[in-house]
Amino acid sequence: MFGRTRAPARAAGDSALTMPAMQGPREHTGRHAAVPLAGWGREPVLCCRLATARQMADVCRHLGAGGSLIARGAGRAYGDAALNQQLTLSMLGLDRMQRFDADSGALTCEAGVLLADILRVFVPRGWFPPVVPGTRFVTVGGMIAADVHGKNHHCDGSFGNHLDSFVLLTGDGETRHCSRERNAELFRATQGGMGLTGAILAATFRLRRIETAFVETETIAAGNLAEAMSLFEADERSGGDDWPYSVAWVDCQGRSGPRGRCVLSHGRFAPRSLLQARQRREPLAATGGKALRPPWPALAPLLRPKTVAAFNHLHYALSSRRGHGQGSRRSTTHFERFFFPLDRLRDWNLAYGRRGFVQHQCVLPKAASASGLAALMNEMDRAGLGAYLGVLKLFGAGSGAPLSFPMRGYTLALDLPMRRETPALLDALDAVAHDHGGRVYLAKDAHSAPRRLRQGYPGVDAFTALRTRVGSAPRFTSALAQRLRL
Amino acid sequence: MSAERAPGEPGTALVLGATSDIGRAIARELAADGWRLQLAARNADQLRREAADIQARTGGSVQTQLFEALAQGGDRNWPNGLAPLPDLAVCVVGLLGDQTESESDPSAAARVMRTNYEAPALALGVLAARFAERGSGVLVGVGSVAGERGRAANYVYGSAKAGLSAFLSGLRARLSGTGVHVLTVKPGFVRTRMTAGMALPPLLTATPEQVARAVLRAVRRRRDVVYSPAVWRLIALVVRALPEPLFKRLRF
Repeated sequence: MFGRTRAPARAAGDSALTMPAMQGPREHTGRHAAVPLAGWGREPVLCCRLATARQMADVCRHLGAGGSLIARGAGRAYGDAALNQQLTLSMLGLDRMQRFDADSGALTCEAGVLLADILRVFVPRGWFPPVVPGTRFVTVGGMIAADVHGKNHHCDGSFGNHLDSFVLLTGDGETRHCSRERNAELFRATQGGMGLTGAILAATFRLRRIETAFVETETIAAGNLAEAMSLFEADERSGGDDWPYSVAWVDCQGRSGPRGRCVLSHGRFAPRSLLQARQRREPLAATGGKALRPPWPALAPLLRPKTVAAFNHLHYALSSRRGHGQGSRRSTTHFERFFFPLDRLRDWNLAYGRRGFVQHQCVLPKAASASGLAALMNEMDRAGLGAYLGVLKLFGAGSGAPLSFPMRGYTLALDLPMRRETPALLDALDAVAHDHGGRVYLAKDAHSAPRRLRQGYPGVDAFTALRTRVGSAPRFTSALAQRLRL
Repeated sequence: MSAERAPGEPGTALVLGATSDIGRAIARELAADGWRLQLAARNADQLRREAADIQARTGGSVQTQLFEALAQGGDRNWPNGLAPLPDLAVCVVGLLGDQTESESDPSAAARVMRTNYEAPALALGVLAARFAERGSGVLVGVGSVAGERGRAANYVYGSAKAGLSAFLSGLRARLSGTGVHVLTVKPGFVRTRMTAGMALPPLLTATPEQVARAVLRAVRRRRDVVYSPAVWRLIALVVRALPEPLFKRLRF
């Protein structure tokens, strides 16, 4: 259905900070050249007409021009969520903040404001967003559309839980103010709705007070998945009072011994008293050091199962050895290193070479998690393709929004190189997730099938009915929506 | 207040043309550096949007003033609405226009000439009189490397920018020793709405933020002329040195 082209070395406009907005075709001509565009995984690549909204009126104008469109934030969804060949509308020009209330912490800003921008401005003032995903190069609109979760999901829920309201342009041309009181159904459906309910123009959410920009972390090596799960559940039982942030790295290489080893790290914002002398000089430092831009094309051939296994070995050995007592170790690090470790490696998605990679992230209900995780690992074994990076986390209760991803249980995210055997493996992983009553994360997905979607997200039909009612179906659609028949 | 201020230390700053990409970047950079801002532009909605953005970011208040450079620049009373009179004034008013249109339509050419030369020169001239009376202040005008020499591709725009550069250098000479400092900023290529869709050489192209940082640095160091990116100082030297018989054949 979609014309596919070979992946370019770098899909246009995917470096969040180089602002594709500014390189876009001339706005006033009304015609926009088609450019090859992809998500963060660089697969698939589609030729899309790309335009940039510089003010809210531009979004209305593009909607009024007819045809279908999808709003695109920083392009950090991995698959085809922010691609529409008829019109992909970059929201990066809507990057103004509108209001900040220093009493309540409520921040109102346009939808294209980057999380990185918010952190740069508000961390030095002693404020931090309630939920942050694994990268800071995402937009506010994108965080709502994917209903992103962070390492604190087990105690704070997803981003939508901290939203006061937003302004949504729906397909019928109406600009609707949505909150828990007004347009409540639309308010919920838009959280995790992947931009299909309309274009988010502006939003209000609450920041929280922090005393320092540093995080006290504890790292614990766990010999296998069961051990890691019991550590997560101890955190959960404490209600997040001890460690509101937790996540585990999982070794997915090798068959028996090493596979399933975990390094769990949990954290909490550090009080001033805990900072080292060097950190105390600037307790609310906005950045934790310079980012690197390694020569990825040259390094890509090095990224293969053997080297990943060697790295994993080393990582696990260092994590388990340096501990004292029960094999844990504590340190105080800048929040950037704790929350966004991969942001330090700019354009790291190029490390996977020309064919790119895919990420598979699913969640399994808690009761089925132990057997489900084992089955996921077995599928990788059977395919002979281990994930280069695995991340495990225990979610708290879901928000109830129809397309919001998190639910109570374990989520496993796997970074897989794109190979001939990858699509079949993805399908097998999907099947395991759904057979165990789980579902996949649409912001990461590029391959899932429509019938699987309905199993995982039972609210899909009500979601579609609502979209139709406000005129957003079929006006707001994406390659993802068409693939999943949303 | 300005008497206690060391030169270049944050005080009150006025940005004329604050809703342009470079104007906005300069305003944000100034706000982050601790300056109190006065923003002026002709579009009320856009002006409110930029002022709210900076207020939300800094927690400080921002004054706004509607300012139509072509109509008001030459009115000697236009700064009366500014309270206080700013310590620093940056004028980024300008218009690239379309060279082909300017060649065939004199009214289009006049708009480019007036927006890039007449309006900013008059507006800065009026402010210069107030600053000289007070005995302090910094005036910043934005020229362009296009003003170094008239090129076939954009000489209408370039000639107006050249005129502004000459005006600023004369103003600087007149005010030297009075406590008023005049800075000329000459950006090379800048990635803005003005240049959207053009293929620009990356090494010679700055972002509005880079230009803004260069302006602030130059204000602190009381520089006279600053190029951004800095490599343009060298290129400008070469461009000016080429003999005319050769230059006219280059048509770049």
